[in-house]
Amino acid sequence: MSTARKKSPKNEATRRGVGSSRTARPRPRSGARNDGEAEDKHRHELLAAMLLIRRFEERCVELYSASAIRGFVHLYIGEEAVAVGVTQALEPADAVVSTYREHGHALARGVPAEAVLAEMYGKVSGCSRGRGGSMHLFDAGRRFYGGNAIVGGGLPVAAGLALAEKLRDTTNVVCCFFGDGAFAEGEFHETANLAALWNLPLLLACENNRYAMGTPLTAEHAQTDLAMRASSYGMPAWAVDGMDVLAVEQAARRAVDGIRAGHGPHFLELRTYRFRAHSMYDPDRYRDKAEIERWRTRDPLTVLGTLMRTLGELHDEEYADMERDAAEAVARAESFAEEALLEPTADLLRFVHSEDQVARHGDDNGHQQQAEHGDDVPGGVA
Amino acid sequence: MGEFRMPALGADMEQGTLTEWLVHPGDHVSKGDPVAVIETAKSDIEVECFEDGVVSALLAEPGTVLPVGAPLALITSEAETGAVPPVADERAVSRSGEPTASPEPPVAPDILEPAPPPADTVTSPLVRHLAQDKHVDLATVRGTGRGGRITRHDVERAAAPPVRIRATPMARRLASEAGIDLAAVTGTGDAGAVRGADVRGWAAAHPAPDGRREAADHVPKAATAAPHRATSGPATDGPGARDQRRETMRSAIAALMARSQREIPHYYLSRTVDLARAMAWLNAHNRDCPVSRRLLPACLLLKAAARGAREVPELNGHWADGRFHPADTVRLGVAIAVRGGGLVAPVLVDADEDTLPHLMSRLKDLANRARTGRLKSSETGAPTITVTSIGDRGADAVYGVIHPPQVALVGFGAIQDRPCAVDGLLGIRPTVIATLAGDHRASDGATGARYLAAVERLLQQPEEL
Amino acid sequence: MREALTADDRVFLMGEDVGKYGGAFGVSLGLLEEFGPERIRDTPLSEAAFVGAGIGAAIAGLRPIVEVMTVNFSLLALDQVLNNAATLLHMSGGQVSVPIVLRMTTGAGRQLAAQHSHSLEGWYAHIPGIRVLAPATPADARDMLAPALADPDPVVIFEHGSLYNTSSDLSATHHRRADIFSAAVRRQGDDVSLITYGGSLPKALAAADRLAADRVSAEVIDLRSLRPLDDATIMASVRHTNHVVVVDEGWRTGSLAAEISARICEQAFYELDAPVERVCSAEVPIPYARHMEEAALPSTGNIVRAALRTVGRNG
Repeated sequence: MSTARKKSPKNEATRRGVGSSRTARPRPRSGARNDGEAEDKHRHELLAAMLLIRRFEERCVELYSASAIRGFVHLYIGEEAVAVGVTQALEPADAVVSTYREHGHALARGVPAEAVLAEMYGKVSGCSRGRGGSMHLFDAGRRFYGGNAIVGGGLPVAAGLALAEKLRDTTNVVCCFFGDGAFAEGEFHETANLAALWNLPLLLACENNRYAMGTPLTAEHAQTDLAMRASSYGMPAWAVDGMDVLAVEQAARRAVDGIRAGHGPHFLELRTYRFRAHSMYDPDRYRDKAEIERWRTRDPLTVLGTLMRTLGELHDEEYADMERDAAEAVARAESFAEEALLEPTADLLRFVHSEDQVARHGDDNGHQQQAEHGDDVPGGVA
Repeated sequence: MGEFRMPALGADMEQGTLTEWLVHPGDHVSKGDPVAVIETAKSDIEVECFEDGVVSALLAEPGTVLPVGAPLALITSEAETGAVPPVADERAVSRSGEPTASPEPPVAPDILEPAPPPADTVTSPLVRHLAQDKHVDLATVRGTGRGGRITRHDVERAAAPPVRIRATPMARRLASEAGIDLAAVTGTGDAGAVRGADVRGWAAAHPAPDGRREAADHVPKAATAAPHRATSGPATDGPGARDQRRETMRSAIAALMARSQREIPHYYLSRTVDLARAMAWLNAHNRDCPVSRRLLPACLLLKAAARGAREVPELNGHWADGRFHPADTVRLGVAIAVRGGGLVAPVLVDADEDTLPHLMSRLKDLANRARTGRLKSSETGAPTITVTSIGDRGADAVYGVIHPPQVALVGFGAIQDRPCAVDGLLGIRPTVIATLAGDHRASDGATGARYLAAVERLLQQPEEL
Repeated sequence: MREALTADDRVFLMGEDVGKYGGAFGVSLGLLEEFGPERIRDTPLSEAAFVGAGIGAAIAGLRPIVEVMTVNFSLLALDQVLNNAATLLHMSGGQVSVPIVLRMTTGAGRQLAAQHSHSLEGWYAHIPGIRVLAPATPADARDMLAPALADPDPVVIFEHGSLYNTSSDLSATHHRRADIFSAAVRRQGDDVSLITYGGSLPKALAAADRLAADRVSAEVIDLRSLRPLDDATIMASVRHTNHVVVVDEGWRTGSLAAEISARICEQAFYELDAPVERVCSAEVPIPYARHMEEAALPSTGNIVRAALRTVGRNG
C-alpha cells in the first residue's frame, strides 16, 4: 500500500469528464521521481480519458460497419491529446464550441458516453434527441454548444458567446475548436479580427491535423505557419505539439490564464494528426501509408504511456485495468444506445420554434401544440 | 367494392320489398341513377345508388322482402374494375406478341381509337329508355362501359355533346349551390368565362317560376367536376356509416350553435297570432282537395315567414366581415329534425313567391329527403333566414338559436286553442306563438317587432298567401 | 430601440456604423451617447462574424439587435442565419435557443442600383426556424421591436428603405406592443384584395384610391409577418372579394407572391372568380437610372391595371 494520497484541490477542480469517476488505485512505485503524487494521478486520468475516446471511436467504426450508426462520422483517433489537454484548462462555467469531429471534445468535456452514442444511434435519449447525430452533439447544461458542421461556422458564434461574457463582466472563457481547413475561411479571419478588436475572452484552439479533408496543408495555405499568421491579428499565438497531452495542457493553461487576466483572445496551433480517414466514407487515397505510420509512432497514448512507464508510474496490470474500464464504459454506452427509444415522428416539428411560442401561435405548418405557456421571455440557456 | 343496400325511405320504414331491378350486372351506374324499385308500406319508390361504378352482382330477387340496410347489389368502382377494358387487353396482348415490338405499357382506354361496338351491345333498360327519350340511335353510340357497353353517360353525351365551359372556380361553386346550369349563363369574363357575377345575375333574372332551379346533377359532369377531386373509394351506406354521419352532424351542430351563442348577441320577441281565419280558410281549401294535395298549417306559416322576410329585408341576409349583407332573394331555411337525432335546415328557394300547393309539395318532398339524407346540394346552400316549427312536438313557443351567418331565426310553437280576447269578449281561438330571435348587431328590436307584425298581418289574409 | 435599450439591460445593438455614424440611414442617431459603446457597438465590415457573434451572445442569454446595412450584404452572413440561428434549436434537440433580432434594409426606389436594391425577403421567409417581419408603417417599425426581442427565437426584420423617410406622429402615449403574427387589413373593400407588405404598401393604398375613383372597392392587406404567413386573414379577404392581386417587390419567380398565390389556390380555390394576379419586380438586377428603376418595380399603375383585369374591367 502506498502512503495516503492527498487530493490536490487544483486538480480536483480542473479535471472533469471521463476518467474523473475512476477511483485512484494504489499501486507500487519503483521510480525515484519526485513529480509528486498529484501529477502522477493526473497523468493517469489523462491517459484514461484519451483511452476512453480511442476505444469509444474504435467501437464506432464497428457499429458504423454494422449500420447501427449512419450519416457522416468523423473520427478523432490520433488527436485525443488535443481535446483532453485543452479541456483541462477549462472550468465548468466556461463554454465550448466545436466542430463536426467532436466526439473527443464532447467526451473530454464530460458529456456522458451513453448520451453521445445514443445520439449517433438517432435515439431520443441522445444528447441532441437524435436530431443532430455524430456531427451535432450538444449539451447546453455543460455549456457544450455543439458540433458545427459548417467549416468555420462555429467561430463567430463562439465570439458572440465570449462577447456575452465580456458584457457581463465575468472571467469565463469560451473555447472554440476548429481545424486548419477553417483557418482558410473568411469567418475565421473575421472572427479573429473581431475578437482581438473587442478583446474578447476567446481561446482559438486550432487543430492542425495537416489535412482539410483530403487537401494537405501545403496545398491549402500559402504560409503554413498558422500561429504566426494568427499573431498578426494582435493576439498571443503559438504552436504546440498536439500529440503530447501534457504539452497541450500546459499551453492551454497558459493561454486561458492570459484570457482570464483580460488579455483578450489567444490562439493555439495544436499540431496533430488523424490516423483514420476524414470520415467513414473516405477511401484515404491522398496520404502516403508511410506518413501515417510515421505519425503513429507519435500516438498520444504511446507518448504519454511511454513517459509514465519511464517514470515508473504505469504497469501492465494497471494499464489492463484502464483498458477494462474503458471497454466497460463503451459497452455501457452501447447497451444504453441500443435500448434507448426513437423519438415518435409525431414530434417531427418540435424545436423549430421554442415550445411556448408554438403553443401560443402555432408553427409554420399550422399546428398548435398543447404545451404549457411559458413566461413572456424565456431566457436563453445561460 | 360498394354494396347497394335497402335504403330507409321514411322515418318509420324498417323493411321493403324489392319490386324490380332497373339495372343488370355489368351496367355502368352513376351516382344518383335509379337502380331499383322498392315497395314500402306507402308506395313504390325508385331508389338511386350513391356511387359511380359497375353493377357486378344483384344479390336479391324481385319480390323479396328485406330489412333496411340489407345488401341488394354489389357495385364495383371504376378503379377496381381496372383501367383497361377487355378490348384494350386484347390489343396489348397482340402487340407484345410481335417479336419486333418493344414492350409497352398497356394503352389507356381513352387514347384508343374508338372500338366498333360489339354486335350484341348490351344496354340496360334504363339506358334504352333514356335513348328513346332523347331520340338517340344506340347503333351510333360508342360504348365506354365494360366490354364496350353503352352507358347512361354515353347516351347523354350523344344527345348533348359535353362542352367544356369556361367558368371561374367561384362561378362553378355558386352555380352548383344554386343548381344552375352553367351552360345557360353568358360569361362576361376573359374569353367568355363565366364569372361569379354572371351566375348571380342569371339567378336574379331567372327567379324560377316553378320555384325550382334545374338540379345541379343535370349539369353536364364536365362543367361541375372539380379539377382535383380524387375519385373517392366506394362508400357504404350501412349502419356504421349512418352512425358516423349522425356523429358528424352532431359535431357540426355543436360547432355552429356554440359559435352562434359566442358571437351573436341575440334578442327575442314573441307574438301570439290568432289563426282562426287561417285555419278556417285552410279547412275550406282542404275540403275540396284530394288527400294528397291537402295543405298543412305549417305551409301557411312558412309562406308567411318568407313573405315577412321579403317585407323586412333587414332580417333576410348574412352577417359577414363586421356588417350585414342583405340578400336579394328569400332562401328560407326549414329546420327539420332528423330520425335518430340531429337536425338539418334545407333551403326552400324563393318560398316567398311560390304558390301554396307547390310549396306544400316541395315541403313534403324536402322533409322526406332531409330525413333520409337525400338532399341535393342546391337545397343545402346558404339560407338567408330560418324557420323552426316544433309545434306538433308539443312546445308552446320556441326561442331559437340563430344559424350564423344568418341574422334571424323565426319560431312557431304548437297551434292550440287558447282563450283569447276578441272584440272585447273572451273567446277560444286557435293561436300560435310566433317568435323571433334576432341578431342585435344587424337589427334592433323595433325591426324584429315589425317583422312579427307583418307575419301576423299576412296570416290574417290566408287567401292572399 | 431606445425604449428597448432602456427597458432591458440584456439588449444591445451592433452593426456597421450604428454608433458614431448613427446608422447608415440615421436610425440609431444619438443612441451611442445615451447608452455607450458597449451597448451601441460599431462592428468591422465582417457580416458573418458580427451576425454570428449576435447569435453567440443570444445563446448566452443576451438580447442582441444586430443591424445589417442592406439585405444584399446580409448574404455574407446567410450561413450564420440559416446554419446557426435558424437551426441550432432544432439541431440541439431543443436545448439552444437563439433570441436574436436581425434588422436590415431592403428594397429599391432610391437609385442605389443592383447591389443595394434587392428584395430578398422571400429567401429568408423560406427558412423554418426564423420569424420574418416586414413593417410597412412607422408605428409597426417601432412596435414590432419589443415583441421581436421577447421572442425566444430568431426574428429578422426587413425595413424598406423608402419607408425610412416617412414620418408619423408617434406620440409618447403611443405605447402598444404590436402583435407579430397577424396581417393587417389596411383598407376594407369588396371587389378585389390587394395583398402586399413593406415598401409596396403605400403603392397598394394609392392604387386602392385610384380604383375607388373607378368604382372598384379594393381591400388592402398588409402581411406584416412574412413567416409565418397569416393564412386566415388572407383567405377571409379572398372569400370576401373573390379577386386577388399580390404585390411583391421581389422577383416573380419563386417569390413570396408565388407562395401566397399557391396557398390561395390550395385553401380558397372555389372562392376565386379570376386568376390570381401578381405584380412583382421585373426579372432584372435593379438598374440605376431612375426611369429604368421605376420600370422594373411594381407601380401604382401596374397594381391598378392588374386589379381592373382581375375584376373583369379592362380599363
